[in-house]
Amino acid sequence: MPEATHTTEGGARAAPEGFEPRIVAFFCNWCTYIAADLAGTSRMKYAPNVRVIRTMCSGRVDPQFVLEAFARGADGVLIGGCHPGDCHYQEGNYKTLRRYTLLRQVLATLGIEPQRFRLEWISASEAERVRAVVNEMVEQVRALGPLRLEVPQEVPVPRQREEVAA
Amino acid sequence: MADAPQTGKPKVAFYWCASCGGCEEAVVDLAEAILEVVGAVDIAFWPVALDFKRRDVEAMEDGSLAASFINGAVRTTEQAEMAQLLRQKSKLVIAFGACAHLGGIPGLANLWDRESIFRRVYLESPSTDNPDGVLPQVRYEDDGRPLTLPGFFDTVRTLDQVVPVDYYLPGCPPTPNIILQAVRALLRGELPARGSVLAPDQALCEECPRKDSKPERLGLVEFKRPHQVLVDEGTCLLAQGLLCLGPATRAGCGALCVKGNMPCSGCFGPTSRVRDYGGKALSALASIVASNAGEEIVRIFQQIPDPTGTLYRYSLPASLLRRRREVRAA
Ligand code: SF4
Ligand code: SF4
Repeated sequence: MPEATHTTEGGARAAPEGFEPRIVAFFCNWCTYIAADLAGTSRMKYAPNVRVIRTMCSGRVDPQFVLEAFARGADGVLIGGCHPGDCHYQEGNYKTLRRYTLLRQVLATLGIEPQRFRLEWISASEAERVRAVVNEMVEQVRALGPLRLEVPQEVPVPRQREEVAA
Repeated sequence: MADAPQTGKPKVAFYWCASCGGCEEAVVDLAEAILEVVGAVDIAFWPVALDFKRRDVEAMEDGSLAASFINGAVRTTEQAEMAQLLRQKSKLVIAFGACAHLGGIPGLANLWDRESIFRRVYLESPSTDNPDGVLPQVRYEDDGRPLTLPGFFDTVRTLDQVVPVDYYLPGCPPTPNIILQAVRALLRGELPARGSVLAPDQALCEECPRKDSKPERLGLVEFKRPHQVLVDEGTCLLAQGLLCLGPATRAGCGALCVKGNMPCSGCFGPTSRVRDYGGKALSALASIVASNAGEEIVRIFQQIPDPTGTLYRYSLPASLLRRRREVRAA
């Protein structure tokens, strides 16, 4: 289906001027989170748009976490885990890879661009990689603009029915 | 039509919103047991079968209906109005069937919106003859007489996204068994906590006759479709490579589809511990694919036609994202 641009129940979208992307990052306790920590202690600077959530393993990131992040206003979701073969729990990151593969396909059909959902393997020593990935993703998402997923929660009251179905 | 006879029996209503009629059929499918139901209640409103009108409902006192069973999703303003009216007149509102419960098959329309649906149906479809490109209007004057149609929402909603719902009867459609159990519980006043889904809170695999042949660790490298295999009658369908959603789906149907060699497609929705059915089902599938290599994983999942339609077949409006993202004019 081509992207339709038209006014809908939700009303007009605000101009994305001065838009700062909100990225939710799930970083694995054993690799990527340590790398992010290292980036901090090494005083590396990277875009402040990322809210990091530490999980014991990238495999702990239930697809529902990703969906909920988007539903609640994230413009992008980043998952960071250990390199293949390095998972603290042996197989957790492979499971993440399988979920990610299928989930990004589902997200695409729901109109969420692939740049908004990213999986990266970043080991504990790769602070520079955290910086590069975060900066790149923030710029990509900034270029896409806000996600704005909200569906109007309230059903328009019947009295306004003619406005609903113009 | 006059009021329903005053027999002192509890009054109930049945109503349909965006539905296929299968849920109405399910009531008739109760067979002899329907006599038990009809004997115990007065049906005060049932558009598919009885000639009561909306104004009859409007004339009722608030709360005078013991229960309204509403099937179908909410697609139009008329359905939203009727849901609101019945809510006002009823002590209990019961979402009947997958569409009212989770959005159901009509909820897949949330992959589109009003404009694209109208365009396809009234302008583009091969069988359409509409040279003036007329689209449905909520109001039209013909010789000074106004004609009206209900408004059509962009987004299909579950019943509880429109009015508060007391209980849910899952299924596409609900099976005679769970309907009868619910009606009996209602008549005896033995209903569980409000907001409950009236079916067991466990996965379908638990009540599946093929359960014992489901391996502890499944390792699939191929998904097959039912027409591609000669199904073994006794073995777990998932173990045979058929995409059975039993592990992610609530029990209560008696594994009817699985007994008929068809994999579960998830119409009973999730258990109470799951917020987003598709997300959970996706996770379950990711656990059983036996590959750690990126490209091979892609290839295996490509064997699932239409993943979104498969994982959210009955529950897109109830999902966390609820619909395909709408791109709005600046
Ligand atoms: S739940 Fe199934 S049977 Fe009932 S209206 Fe929806 S599609 Fe039809
Ligand atoms: S996966 Fe399907 S066939 Fe196998 S035990 Fe579960 S419900 Fe039964």
